[in-house]
Amino acid sequence: MKRGYFGDFGGQFVPELLMPPLLELEEAMGKILKSAEFQQEFTSLLKNFVGRPTALTYCANLSRELGFNLWLKREDLAHTGAHKINNTVGQALLTKMMGKPRMIAETGAGQHGVATATAAALLDLECEIYMGAVDVKRQSHNVRRMELFGAKCIPVESGTQTLKDAINAALRMWIANQRTTHYCFGTAAGPHPFPLLVREFQSIIGREAKQQFKERTGEMPYMVVACVGGGSNAIGMFHEFVSEESVKIVGVEAAGTGEPGCFNSAPINLGTPGVLHGAHSLLLQSEDGQILPSHSISAGLDYPGVGPEHVHLHASGRVQYGMVNDSQAINAFKMLCHNEGILPALESSHAVAWAIENKDSIPKGANVIVNLSGRGDKDMDIFEDYLKQHGK
Amino acid sequence: MIITTLADKINDANAKGRTALIPFLPGGYPDKEKFWKEILELDANGADIIEIGMPFSDPVADGPVVEAASLKCLDAGVNLKWILEGLAKVRSQINAGIVLMGYYNPVLQYGLEKFAKDANSAGVNGLIIADLPYEEGVEFRDLLAKNEVALVPLVGLNTSPERMKLYADGGNGFCYFVSVLGTTGDRDSLPEEIKVGLKQAKEIFNIPVALGFGLKHPSQLIQLEGLVDAAVFGSALIRHLGDGKSCAEFMKVWK
Ligand SMILES: Cc1ncc(COP(=O)(O)O)c(C=O)c1O
Repeated sequence: MKRGYFGDFGGQFVPELLMPPLLELEEAMGKILKSAEFQQEFTSLLKNFVGRPTALTYCANLSRELGFNLWLKREDLAHTGAHKINNTVGQALLTKMMGKPRMIAETGAGQHGVATATAAALLDLECEIYMGAVDVKRQSHNVRRMELFGAKCIPVESGTQTLKDAINAALRMWIANQRTTHYCFGTAAGPHPFPLLVREFQSIIGREAKQQFKERTGEMPYMVVACVGGGSNAIGMFHEFVSEESVKIVGVEAAGTGEPGCFNSAPINLGTPGVLHGAHSLLLQSEDGQILPSHSISAGLDYPGVGPEHVHLHASGRVQYGMVNDSQAINAFKMLCHNEGILPALESSHAVAWAIENKDSIPKGANVIVNLSGRGDKDMDIFEDYLKQHGK
Repeated sequence: MIITTLADKINDANAKGRTALIPFLPGGYPDKEKFWKEILELDANGADIIEIGMPFSDPVADGPVVEAASLKCLDAGVNLKWILEGLAKVRSQINAGIVLMGYYNPVLQYGLEKFAKDANSAGVNGLIIADLPYEEGVEFRDLLAKNEVALVPLVGLNTSPERMKLYADGGNGFCYFVSVLGTTGDRDSLPEEIKVGLKQAKEIFNIPVALGFGLKHPSQLIQLEGLVDAAVFGSALIRHLGDGKSCAEFMKVWK
């Protein structure tokens, strides 16, 4: 396989000015990540700061209703309320050991921004977060959280003023400040080596889930399911299971409102091959190769691209990628609250919804682990708006 | 295969004792009707090579002025087909070399092979792809070369001599040296370290070296005598046209 590629996907489609910091990062990964010093510190932070291992919860009530055994890997219980923190603590530690005093990051909904600001505060790094101006307005609560942690949140006024433009702005800033600054990329997408780096930090999810499930049942699960925005929580869950041939693996994309031709965030199902943000992947784009706006009710899935490893896992047939629309996700959101006392993020609700919608094709009594990537407190306003517009 | 057109244009200007001039305008700016007239005016007023931008929705290497101008062109419906067809019609009236500059995805969607052929028949001499570093560009470079279009190498202040050598090996047309660690956009001063980088580039590349990104006024080039064979300016020109002034007036200062 070509360096930095997963099959035909991945690569480093960036301005030459970004090649030196990408090569520097790749070299640092090789030197630092495997070192005992890094591993000890990272493991300790995951345990004592992030709160790992996160629980593996058996959902007895929903399992009775659905006919298969539903298990949740509880990333909502990690510090700051989502899986994002695994990656930012890892990258912050790497930044520190690379001798750089400063991190920048992009954020859509604000989850990755909050997680980056948190890790930066902990490790005493300066921190700047780029966020689309539209998202700044939609997620003011998260902006305030970032600022409390001492990060500077910079609204991005260009383009569609959402996540993809925040990534553009952060890449531009990285070009200019590469000597002092690490770009803490938030998902398993972007130019090589980010898809590998983020997978490295998120694969703790699948490792724990596998071990916890084995301890509880003595078996392998029948299936694992996770939602896919850029793809970091999903690749974190999947990585450990890809070589376990008996385990079915399902990634879930956001179909938006769901009617044919609607805005969506499902590039694997509805996109075409192209190059954005440094990688050859699948994209939502026009025939002319201009990037189209995406939509999902869950801000964290609202991205027109996807990490290249997922596209490869799709192309090779190892992982199945499904779609769930806004209303199905809302339904799963309510069901998990009612039946289990768990308030899931709308992103994670897509993964839960896929399992619910496909219950008839899952054998009775099969064990299905859904990765609950985050908690839903951040989504209460969106949920209530949705009910106002669509009725209960 | 060595493609000499662009290098010849720059060498000719240098032989006359001046730095070659490479103005940049996004295709379709300030609007679709005026654009080709502006290109002809740039040509008539001393441009040695004209760079036409291929607008992209997510131009990571561009600053705010070029980005806003490009998005305006996209809104007006500009695409590669419009640029190539329009160019084919006026090419015979243009003396200057023509370079297209843009991002990889629109070219990829157009089709790499079809693009190379159509660019050649429209009279394009060179191509600059801002997000196609050496490693990803080798095959396309050869495909373009077969169609007599040079893939212009872009290097900068942080490019090591080793990487410059990679680019120099198959690089064609001219070397585009980026003056700042940053995006396009005019700046009042250029970094001191630029001289070291330019000297290196002059030694490593056997094609002319053009300086771009950040240029606002010809006086910026005075301290760089002998190190710069050509100057590229975009944002300053876009701003000038945006204020309703003419290309002729702009070029007067640079000639
Ligand atoms: C809770 C939660 N889940 C999932 C995602 C989707 O991102 P990814 O696919 O990179 O894990 C996000 C992104 O913000 C998120 O906040």
